[in-house]
Amino acid sequence: MNRKTIFEEAFFEQATFNTRRHFLKQCTSGLGGIALSSILGGCFQSEQKIVDENPFAVKPPHFPAKAKHIIFLHMEGAPSQLELFDYKPELAKLDGQLCPPSLLEGKRFAFIKGTPKMLGPQATFQQHGQSGAWFSDYFKHLPELADELTFLKAMHTDEFNHAPAQLFMHTGSARVGRPSLGSWITYGLGSENQNLPAYVVLVSGSEPSAGKYLWGNGFLPSVYQGVQCRSKGDPVLYINNPNTIDTELRKKSIETINKINELTYQEIGDPETLTRISQYEMAFRMQAEVPETMDISTEPAYIHEMYGTEVGKASFANNCLLARKLIEKGVRVVQLFDRRWDNHGTDEGSGVDIGLRRNVEYVDKPITALIKDLKQRGLLDETLIVWGGEFGRTPMMENRAGDNNTPLKGRDHHVDAFTMFMAGAGIKKGYSHGETDEIGYYGVKGKTHIHDLQATIMHVMGFNHEQFTFPFQGRNFRLTDVSGKVIQEIL
Amino acid sequence: MNTQYLKWVFICALPIAVLFFTYRKWTSEQISYNEEIRPIFNKKCIVCHGGVKKNGNFSLLFPEEAYAKAKSGKFAIIPYDAENSEVIKRIKSHDPDERMPKEKDPLTDEEIQKIEKWINQGAKWENHWAYSPPKSRIDVPNLGNEWAKNEIDNFVFEKLKHEGLSPSKEADRPTLLRRLSLDLIGLPPTLQETKDFVNDKSPNAYEKQVDRLLKSPAFGERWASMWLDLARYADSKGYEKDLDRSIWKYRDWVIKAFNADMPFDQFTIHQLAGDLLPKTPNESIESLENRYIATAFHRNTMANDEGGTNDEEFRNMAIIDRVSTTMEVWQGTTMACVQCHSHPYDPFRHEDFYKLAAFFNNTQDRDLYNEKPLFRTYTKEKEQDVVRLTNWINLKLPANLSSVKYSEKALLAEKTNDYLRKLGFYRIEAESFDSTSRHIELWNNQKEIMQTTEGAYTVYEDIDLTNIETVKYRYQSGAENAYIEMRLGSSEGELISKVETKCSEKEVNVGWSRWNQYTTSSGKVKPTKGVHDVYLVFRKGKNFWTDLMHLDWMELQSSKMPIRTLPKPVQDSIEKLATIDAIATPIMVERPQNKARKTHVFIRGNWMLKGNEVQPDVPAILPTMKNYPKTRLGFAEWLVNKQNPLTSRVIVNRFWEQLFGTGLLESLEDFGSMGSKPTHPELLDWLAVKFINEDNWKVKSLLKTIVMSATYQQSSFISKELEAKDPRNLLLARGPRVRLSSEQIRDQALAISGLLNPTMYGPSVRPPNPTDGAWRREKSGNQFRRAIYTYWRRTNPYPSMITFDSPQRNVCVSRRVRTNTPLQALTTLNDTVYYAAAQNIALKMQLSQAKTTRDKIRAGYVHIFQKQPSQSKTTLLENLYNEALIDFRKKKSTKAELLALTLTANTMLNLDEFLTK
Repeated sequence: MNRKTIFEEAFFEQATFNTRRHFLKQCTSGLGGIALSSILGGCFQSEQKIVDENPFAVKPPHFPAKAKHIIFLHMEGAPSQLELFDYKPELAKLDGQLCPPSLLEGKRFAFIKGTPKMLGPQATFQQHGQSGAWFSDYFKHLPELADELTFLKAMHTDEFNHAPAQLFMHTGSARVGRPSLGSWITYGLGSENQNLPAYVVLVSGSEPSAGKYLWGNGFLPSVYQGVQCRSKGDPVLYINNPNTIDTELRKKSIETINKINELTYQEIGDPETLTRISQYEMAFRMQAEVPETMDISTEPAYIHEMYGTEVGKASFANNCLLARKLIEKGVRVVQLFDRRWDNHGTDEGSGVDIGLRRNVEYVDKPITALIKDLKQRGLLDETLIVWGGEFGRTPMMENRAGDNNTPLKGRDHHVDAFTMFMAGAGIKKGYSHGETDEIGYYGVKGKTHIHDLQATIMHVMGFNHEQFTFPFQGRNFRLTDVSGKVIQEIL
Repeated sequence: MNTQYLKWVFICALPIAVLFFTYRKWTSEQISYNEEIRPIFNKKCIVCHGGVKKNGNFSLLFPEEAYAKAKSGKFAIIPYDAENSEVIKRIKSHDPDERMPKEKDPLTDEEIQKIEKWINQGAKWENHWAYSPPKSRIDVPNLGNEWAKNEIDNFVFEKLKHEGLSPSKEADRPTLLRRLSLDLIGLPPTLQETKDFVNDKSPNAYEKQVDRLLKSPAFGERWASMWLDLARYADSKGYEKDLDRSIWKYRDWVIKAFNADMPFDQFTIHQLAGDLLPKTPNESIESLENRYIATAFHRNTMANDEGGTNDEEFRNMAIIDRVSTTMEVWQGTTMACVQCHSHPYDPFRHEDFYKLAAFFNNTQDRDLYNEKPLFRTYTKEKEQDVVRLTNWINLKLPANLSSVKYSEKALLAEKTNDYLRKLGFYRIEAESFDSTSRHIELWNNQKEIMQTTEGAYTVYEDIDLTNIETVKYRYQSGAENAYIEMRLGSSEGELISKVETKCSEKEVNVGWSRWNQYTTSSGKVKPTKGVHDVYLVFRKGKNFWTDLMHLDWMELQSSKMPIRTLPKPVQDSIEKLATIDAIATPIMVERPQNKARKTHVFIRGNWMLKGNEVQPDVPAILPTMKNYPKTRLGFAEWLVNKQNPLTSRVIVNRFWEQLFGTGLLESLEDFGSMGSKPTHPELLDWLAVKFINEDNWKVKSLLKTIVMSATYQQSSFISKELEAKDPRNLLLARGPRVRLSSEQIRDQALAISGLLNPTMYGPSVRPPNPTDGAWRREKSGNQFRRAIYTYWRRTNPYPSMITFDSPQRNVCVSRRVRTNTPLQALTTLNDTVYYAAAQNIALKMQLSQAKTTRDKIRAGYVHIFQKQPSQSKTTLLENLYNEALIDFRKKKSTKAELLALTLTANTMLNLDEFLTK
């Protein structure tokens, strides 16, 4: 949506409305000559001080932290671990056979009905780097970072529908109403850059199915909610001035606001007025810094080549480059949601064969570029990268028609096993934690629950997740609810 | 960890500590459990010996548990015998295995002495103060001070005197009227109103203003804002799909109830159990409608329409929310923790939660897509259409159908349905299906079924199939062919019809909603008698893809139906009558006794782990329900009976907070032992008792008492002394000065600029919103309605409301946080509505009769603030104007003067004094 358009449209609406209902009235009644006696007392001379009640002032964590920033790359829809990182040659042998009933007992699936067939990996796998990490041939670039990443191969979650599973991943609860990971972190740490939002969300594809709850502040003060920076229109809501007001005039008007507010402070003595003065100053600085940061056109050609970015286009690649720029400027939390990963195989080209390969192509280069770029700028050591979906996918074929006759290769939602990876901020390099069984159905070693992942993220950010709580409705709430264990092995 | 938080704690703690120590001086040597012992237990012991953990089988939550023998076989507390009480031995022990609190810092000597003394004095247990009713007669301190205008001031003055503070002088009249007007009606006074007040020399000039404002229809709109936060009112259902919910009639009911000054006890009963009130003879349709619509209060719970979710799970979530909300709103008690285990600090047992749930567990609603049960009404215009059409049809009906008539006592919308059925018109819209398999989803804002999977089904309950011969479906489909089966009782029940569908598009075209043509198909129905639950099951045809079809409606037909014998124009009119939309509002309706649900404790709050069955009842710590039937209605009446110690205190405190920015007890939502302590406990009780006995639960009387006090009318000037001694104004030595609410800020800008469209009531509207294009379809003029009418989508609320701290309305919220952020500044600087307001004010300044620029600017300021600016403020604004004027002229703007005035107005709308009351 174009900024100018909404403004002009709105103004047009207002103008017509105004003409119809009010204009005549205004012309006849006017304003002049109405005077009231000033009842206010004289000016009080007082020492000027600016009280800093800034909710984003930098605050120390519980203990010295490895990470100052975090970038969470969420592949919305849940990519198949079986075509990307979790190499299962045994599953290939079972391809096309009916699933043994023991695997189906007591299970709930979103779409599988009856007895589905097993579906072998649709990709070929190879080991990379000194660590010998497995990558499928879908990835062309990421394997260069084999010795930089830690894989979590035995992730598991509680929820098999997208929205609850996403909420669970980002708020620690499948129900709406808890603060998001990013809100907790910014609430706990404040921000190192007061001219940019502390917690930025960038979306490609369409908005994730759990929507804005994923970066909601829950019961924390609303200032801690994620700010979704949009690729069209204002990057941050209302950051741009109305068309007629340029930067110079805006500067003068904010100066006037602040000078008058200083006089008001002298009259009334309310410290909140001083806070307001500093917030208006900050707003002005944001107006300069946000558009500047969100503008990738000034980046050199080799960077665009590296990320695969195109100026003016809304894409995951552009969001990766923006993530680096934001981190460079001191933004605390950056979350990227990319919605395209729900490979049910219900349409031609949407399966884990063609569809997933195409999806990987879309993100492979930018993710690799982001991590390398952070590294070459010395930022990877203080930035935690987390990559993954909200759950995994079944080793069985989806079989939505219930007759095992579909030619389309799709996998259903799966809660018991999936792969995520982390990098940066002192996380082990070239390491793989956890294992799944021979068909990638259950974790058998190093099982990691979502709350464990969250506990670990909190630990890397400097918090004891059990002590980092907020009282609400008579109870001390925390991100990890009543469980979660830090994965010591990957630190 | 959080220095700001610590600062807050300090700021809060300081005056409370001061109060506490003063209080102690007055008490005798007797140790009070509530004042001195409970705080120690709560802080140091109860985490392990309370409602969550009961280590060593010893708990301090209930006296019977505290005095009982612990697991060790010893008594922790032996009254009059501290020496032999195990608790004393343990807190004094030097053995780290023995000493309590385990692995924590020991209690201080002073704390130990207090507990010893308390035990030796008999270990007298006291319930937390809030669970005992206030004294019916509370002595108002009479200090003979001249400042006091009513009783409130005597309580406040007494406290101030103890602190060595004195009250502030009265605020100047323009400031006072602006405060009063924004507080009572949410809008600033007009210039004329301020002038009248300033010039009114009569002794009751102020009271006249109060009375005028209490009578304003805007009053209800302002106070509904507060109530809708508690009611978690929204125009969408929440969760993943967050589809529209039509429940605005409830919002209108709240506004009307406040305007009519409906007594709060009635207000309560209607919302919690209006459906159960006995029907009076000759009850008007309006009265019936009102008490049903009021019950939508608890239909504001979220509902989940995501495919694959379990309706029973989310029905239970809604019941849990209803219990928590009711207890928070009326009892100032946070119950969320009691869902899973007994309350950690307060005397509420785990099963208490489910006993309360049992009152709510028997309503018909159950997280259905269609939100049944619904109360259907027509708008005034549609009502006329209905009457006109039926009259015409009636005229055309042959003699044998003359018995098909409106029954006058029925409600209009229900009546129409009945009429259509009698004529044999039996069409069921897809939107009204009752339940679905988890493989089905809705499309087009739940108006159409979008079938996704082979074997998916929908259910229509209680369908009369007698005489039905054929069925006709209207649908969209891109598939070559498919089938709709009709089965009885279950998706595998008896097959009574199978209709083959065709492609509605020009060519076979599967995939996500790439279709736009509708078509119909009909088929035979096997003769079936009686009323059944009908399952429509979708079957794939030659090919299977996802997204088989969208179903719009089905029509059950019979040649025996009267409609078949009527001429075509009459048939068409009947069809037209059927398509007139009614407004359907979700309401509460009780299930019949023979179908009543059983209520069980959910073990650890898990709805699938059912514990003991419980019967409806209230927590034992509160007065019994012995004089009330144990129904939802009985419970509502019990809540507002005079003996309930909490309701009146909790409610008067809510209104106080709205006016002063902080409650007399700060934690509005928690009157329990971990909540805040009241700053003026006697005043709180006095107001609570008066609210029931003298005000007869009338909110307007309560508000009048508060705003008529000298305390409320004080100047809000903060001296250095006050800033140091009482930075948060808890002692009330000055008038309230807090940032306005999101609604007040918006409405004020609209009102002052003359943009405000004062139309009341009706469906919510969508002002321009960069995050949602739907506003483009909004009727002109609706963009400037009051904030309360703004469409509230839970997943994407109107941006400026959230920026100015409105809650998301997913759950009940008692208190809004007041933040001060740069995003707020950007909103009032650049949001179209604020700029539009500035443009209108600029126009007013330009057209004013003032001759000089300076006078024009003054006129603008006076218009916005209803008082004169100081010379220095005027100069600052004038300088800005001149600089802007030069700039715009340089840019060759033809409207340089107007643009410069607009910038000046935009600046004034961002001043601290504009955003604050």
